[in-house]
Amino acid sequence: MKRLLPILPLLACVIGIQIVCSGTDTLYYLTQMTMAAYYSLLILGLCVLMGYAGQISLGHAGFFAIGGYISAGLTTHSLVPFKDNGLIRFLDSTGLLLSGQTLYGEELLVISPGLACAVAILSAAVIAVFIGIPVLKLKGHYLAMATLGFGIIIYRVVLAVEYFGEADGISEVPAFPLFAGLSVNGNFGDRVANYYIAWGVLLLGLILLLNLIDSRVGRGLRGIHGSEEAADAMGVDTARFKLQTFVLSAVFAAVAGVFLTHYNGGIGPSEAGVMKSVRYVAIVAVGGMAHLWGALLMGIVLNFLSLRGVFGSYDDAVFGSILIVIMLFAPNGILSISFRHRLTRFFTKGKQEKGGGA
Amino acid sequence: MTSELFIQYLLAGITYGSIYAIVAIGFNIIYNTTGIINFAQGEFVMFGGMIAITLLQFMPLPLAIGLSVILTMIIGAGIEICFIRWLKAPSVLRLIIITIGISILSREVAVHIWGESIRSLPYFVGNEVSSISIFGARISPQVLWVVAASALMFICLGIFFKTTSVGREMRACASNRKAATLCGINTENMVTLSFVLSAGMGALAGCVMSPITYSQYDMGTGLAIKGFTVAILGGLGSSGGAVVAGLLLGVIEAFSVSVVPLAFQDAIAIAILLVILFIRPQGLFGSKEASALKEF
Repeated sequence: MKRLLPILPLLACVIGIQIVCSGTDTLYYLTQMTMAAYYSLLILGLCVLMGYAGQISLGHAGFFAIGGYISAGLTTHSLVPFKDNGLIRFLDSTGLLLSGQTLYGEELLVISPGLACAVAILSAAVIAVFIGIPVLKLKGHYLAMATLGFGIIIYRVVLAVEYFGEADGISEVPAFPLFAGLSVNGNFGDRVANYYIAWGVLLLGLILLLNLIDSRVGRGLRGIHGSEEAADAMGVDTARFKLQTFVLSAVFAAVAGVFLTHYNGGIGPSEAGVMKSVRYVAIVAVGGMAHLWGALLMGIVLNFLSLRGVFGSYDDAVFGSILIVIMLFAPNGILSISFRHRLTRFFTKGKQEKGGGA
Repeated sequence: MTSELFIQYLLAGITYGSIYAIVAIGFNIIYNTTGIINFAQGEFVMFGGMIAITLLQFMPLPLAIGLSVILTMIIGAGIEICFIRWLKAPSVLRLIIITIGISILSREVAVHIWGESIRSLPYFVGNEVSSISIFGARISPQVLWVVAASALMFICLGIFFKTTSVGREMRACASNRKAATLCGINTENMVTLSFVLSAGMGALAGCVMSPITYSQYDMGTGLAIKGFTVAILGGLGSSGGAVVAGLLLGVIEAFSVSVVPLAFQDAIAIAILLVILFIRPQGLFGSKEASALKEF
């Protein structure tokens, strides 16, 4: 329980931000906070993969896109032409399809968001298994290039396939009703509710991962990061642990993709771009690789600033510079002990020299 | 498929293939001396083309290309000195992330200098419509420039590494850095030199290909992926392998146009990369024992 205690102040912050925003009539900040929370969910998953298992992935935007695009595609493309298909009839009879009318009064029959979400996450998991088994045998540069290649293939596919809307992406994605009248959508009225849904999902993910890294599996993963051969010799099933972590982080990315797509009401090919994957890696690096809280904090702050447009047209440049500067001067993240030591030493040394001169 | 069409595709494949081979050799030079895969390799090609296009407004073409190559070499040296030289025993993950960061920064610098528009150098000889007939296939004379420049670079590089003393020092550094240091070779300078060489080769490739393939600020990533595919396919570190693999990939891509939609052309190279990585990471010509000794 002790490791979960820091959740309480975080929860207080989350509620505090909402109260302040509602009180000062600046609810629009909550929109970016909601989106930042979903992106941070992906970043948490990537943090465990990169920081704890030590496996780099430059293709996580691909998993985000798989989640978002499949959910969006299934809930927007009408199944009316396939109405007589046996499978469709079966789904319809079990209540997994939604029928309605389009803006032009045509009949519309789509898969319900719940089923679409399940299919999307399952697809991401299955793809992660099939990609992960061969890819995770690779190390270093090879692993980086292979995952980068996977990300680019996904980007090309969503850009070239008509079902995924090519360059336009998919828009008019319906709301995702959860339970008790809550639903993931972009309506202004539901902004506060959606803010809490996003943070609820994020905190759930965080608790799950905090428990994971403090378990036998987590210690095994850290062993793999230190030295794969040594971990192997100590009886850690390295291949299985790595694959499980890879699939878990892919599922986190897919969940983030599904929810954010329903929240935004659409998804475009830029979500699958290489730059997105690099940005996630940058944020994990800034937070200090093996540091879930750091990744969470940086994920929220940097995504929020980026979404608010603070960086303007230098958005990508900012993330590129962050990557270089962090990796050059603080490879363990800006929250790491050694970096703080170096900073304090740097400043106290400066003071002493000043004192000596005077 | 008629024989003319066949030759047409073949020549197109050789053109692109020789460019891939040059990018791959650029990867190899740096990899050999440092063990780093420079993710910013494609950006050297972009800089070469873009700088030459800008310089062309002030000077004749050969001078613009020469100056552009020299400037890109200076950029390459600057990158190594600023970001890599002073790191003490950095981990592979750290180096990967740093070179990716450099690649992004270079692209952002380029987009803020030159904008998003697509540019190109003029054809060295003739213009867009002039062509030469080879076995019934018609090609642009620029294709000959590309192939000739690539071949020339490959041969000069071979002579440089085999005969000159600096070349021998670089090879010594590649085969065992510690031993090379003990023999009195300044390995740090050799690393800088390898960045300079590979930047210069990339820049020249960027200039000769610019009239055919055009230059744009974001052309680097695609080229880097394909260059890396070729480098892996030919066995990482082997220049001869890179040439064979480059031509192979170029030809495969050219013929694939008749089978799969153009939009998936890039995906083919990446699919080949993934397959090679999974089944034969030492490359087509590399030996398994040698690759087992390398730290990837």
